[in-house]
Amino acid sequence: MKIVYFAWLREKAGVSEETVSPPDSVNDVRGLIEWLRARAPGYAGAFEDLSVVRVAVNQEYATLDARLAHGDEIAFFPPVTGG
Amino acid sequence: MGIVIRVQREDFDVGAELDRLAADRGSVGGLCAFVGLVRDMSGQRAISAIELEHYPAMTERALEGIAAQASARWPLDGSVVIHRFGRLEPGERIVLVGTASAHRQAAFEACEFIVDWLKTKAPFWKREHTDAGRRWVEARASDTAAVGRWGRGDAAGRGPSKSARGGPKKAAE
Repeated sequence: MKIVYFAWLREKAGVSEETVSPPDSVNDVRGLIEWLRARAPGYAGAFEDLSVVRVAVNQEYATLDARLAHGDEIAFFPPVTGG
Repeated sequence: MGIVIRVQREDFDVGAELDRLAADRGSVGGLCAFVGLVRDMSGQRAISAIELEHYPAMTERALEGIAAQASARWPLDGSVVIHRFGRLEPGERIVLVGTASAHRQAAFEACEFIVDWLKTKAPFWKREHTDAGRRWVEARASDTAAVGRWGRGDAAGRGPSKSARGGPKKAAE
């Protein structure tokens, strides 16, 4: 699956987009975050406070409970500040 | 009923966009426009520029969804949303939301609805450049509160005949 990061989440994670292959046990957004957190300190920083992390799966807003499938595009970003 | 969505780096011409919104639509009795600009101050700090980042794959779809919801709630003849990204300096235009309808109330309310939703859902992020460095703008609780007054994102209902919020703007109608 593909993961994209924006704004300060991108800076903390240290990557703007990446393709990952987590184990099959990772089947929802929350699980993916836990798996990423364990990979490197940057991710732990990016996901330190989930109240300021928004998620989109395949370009639609999603919750931490959203199920994931192979080929999904998951985006992590802070609350939006356009307009 | 036409919905025009554009996400672009370059500036836009407000007058031309509004003319286009009414062109060949004799039923349009009024246009309402909101134009967002880059401020020169953030709190006590002078801003030299802002950067706007967005999520290209999602941005247009999100804006289209918001505009479509406005069309479902109010009898609109058309709407336009143009949002810029990249580096912008104080005074520059950031966003245009325009609505066209037979009567002003629908145009006013739908315009506010689109702006309120855009501010909480459209995937854009601002970073301010000041003499103290660069910092990501934090989302404001007041923006979330503003969108709350429209109720749930229910596209089934028509627009409310009266806004839930009073205030000077309504008093002017």
